[in-house]
Amino acid sequence: MSATATLRKTPLNGLHRRLGAKMVDFGGWDMPVEYSGLIAEHLAVRTGVGLFDVSHMGDIQFRGPGSLEAVQHISMNDASRLQVGQAQYSAMLYPEGTFVDDVIVHKFSDNDYLFVINAGTREKDYEWVRAQARGFDCHVNDYSDYYTQLAIQGPKAQETLQKLTKAELSQVKFYWFTWGTVCGLPNTLIARTGYTGEDGFEIYVPSDEATSERVWNEVIEAGAEFGIVPCGLGARNTLRLEAALSLYGHEISESLNVWEAGLDRFCKLEKGAFVGSEALKKVQAEGGPEKKLVGLEVVERGIARDGYRVMDLGGNAVGYVTSGSPAPFLKKNIALAYVPRSLAEPGTEVAVEIRNCPVKAKVVPLPFYRKPKKG
Amino acid sequence: MAYPANYKYTREHEWIDVSGKTGTVGITDHAQDSLGDIVFVELPKVGDKVEKGKVFGSVESVKAVSDLYSPASGTVTAINEELTTAPEKINADAHAAWIMKIELSDPGEVGGLLSAEDYEKYAQEETGH
Repeated sequence: MSATATLRKTPLNGLHRRLGAKMVDFGGWDMPVEYSGLIAEHLAVRTGVGLFDVSHMGDIQFRGPGSLEAVQHISMNDASRLQVGQAQYSAMLYPEGTFVDDVIVHKFSDNDYLFVINAGTREKDYEWVRAQARGFDCHVNDYSDYYTQLAIQGPKAQETLQKLTKAELSQVKFYWFTWGTVCGLPNTLIARTGYTGEDGFEIYVPSDEATSERVWNEVIEAGAEFGIVPCGLGARNTLRLEAALSLYGHEISESLNVWEAGLDRFCKLEKGAFVGSEALKKVQAEGGPEKKLVGLEVVERGIARDGYRVMDLGGNAVGYVTSGSPAPFLKKNIALAYVPRSLAEPGTEVAVEIRNCPVKAKVVPLPFYRKPKKG
Repeated sequence: MAYPANYKYTREHEWIDVSGKTGTVGITDHAQDSLGDIVFVELPKVGDKVEKGKVFGSVESVKAVSDLYSPASGTVTAINEELTTAPEKINADAHAAWIMKIELSDPGEVGGLLSAEDYEKYAQEETGH
C-alpha cells in the first residue's frame, strides 16, 4: 500500500490539486499547505479575505433532553450560559485535568448541541464522548463526513459572504451563528467563528464534491473584488500563532493541564463537577502550575521552531518551544513556549537554542496580534 | 524554470557554477519551490573552509529549515550579503541568487555532480509527478 492511498481526503481534494496547491500529510489528511504562497495568503486574511477548506475538522452532535447535562460533564466551559445561536470555546479533559481536545460548542437548541473538534483527534474524541455520555439522556452522533466546512476569514469576510446569502450577517456577533440559505443551499449553518485571530465565518455545506466545489467557486468569485485567495494550512498556522490560539499536540496535549496552558478563562470550576475538575482544583490548592505557556519574541537574529529548547540567562535548559515561526504580518520571529512560572512575566529575558546557539528572546504579553476594533 | 546547462547540481538541491578555480553556489529552483517563501539565510563567513557534502549554512522558509550542503571543498571568498536583508531574492530567481563563492581546493570534485538534465529528472522523481 502506498502512503498516499491511506491518506484521507476532503471533498475538495481534487480542486486543491487542480489549483496547484502544495499538499501535505496533516494528521492523516492530504491537505493543501499553500497555494500562491504562505505570506501572501496570510496577509490576504489580515487585510482582505481568504478562503480555507477545513472539512477535516470533526463534528459531534448531542441530541436529547440530557444533552446539556452531558456537555457540562465532558467540557470545561459553562455551556448553560449559552443562548440558542451562540458558541463558546471549550475543551474536553481527562480526569487528570489534561486535554482530550479543544472544541467549539454550539447551542442549536435546548436539546441539541454541536462540538466542532480537531481532525487529528476525530476518532479518539468520538470514542471519548460516547463513553462519557453514557448514562445521560441523549444521542451522540458523528456528523464529520456530512459537512464540507469552509472558513471565510478576514476584514472583508462579511462583505464577501453577504453576496451569497440573505441572512443578515451584520446581526451575527462574534462567536454566534445563524442558519440561512447560502449559494441556494437552504438551512446552512453560518457561524462567526474561525482560527485566524481575524473576523470571519465558517459555513457547513453538504459534503458531496459537486456542491462543495460549487460553493468554493462562488465564494472565490464573490471575494474577487477584495482580492480573495485560497489559503492553506501553512497560513492557518501562522495566523493562529500570531493570535496565540492553541493547537492540539503543541500548546495543549494529554500531558498538559488547563492552568499550564493558560486557558483559565474558558474553564468554569464554579459550574459544578466535570471530568477533570477535581484534578484542576488540586493543582490550584497546591499552589498552581509549575510551568506556564508564554509568548516569546526573538530579539536577536534567528527563528525559533517547534521543539527548540528555551534557556535561562545562565545557559540552563528550562523550557521548550511549542510553536515557533516568523510572523508574516507582525514581521517578527515569535514563539509560544513553556517556561517555569518564575520566568513567565512579560519582559523576562531568556534565550532560545537555535542549532546549538543561544539566541536572545524576551517574554511578551499574549496575544501577539489582536484584530483592530471596528470603528 | 530551466536549469542552466553550465551548472552542476547536488542531490541535496544546490547548484555550483565553476569558472576556473572559483565556484559560485546557490540552491535550485526546485529547492526554493519546495521551501516556499524564504525568510532567512544563514551565510558562512569569508575565509571559512567548506567541505564537499558538509553543511555550510541554512535557508529557512516560514514553515521549514533546510541545511545547505557544499557541492565542493574549498575556502569561502565571498558571500551574498544582499540575502541577509532580501532572502526572497532566492524565490524570485534561485539560479541567479548565489549564496557563496568558493576557491575550489580540487576542481576535479565537481565532475561527480549531476548535470542539468540528470538533476531535472531527479527533482521530478522526488516530487513524485
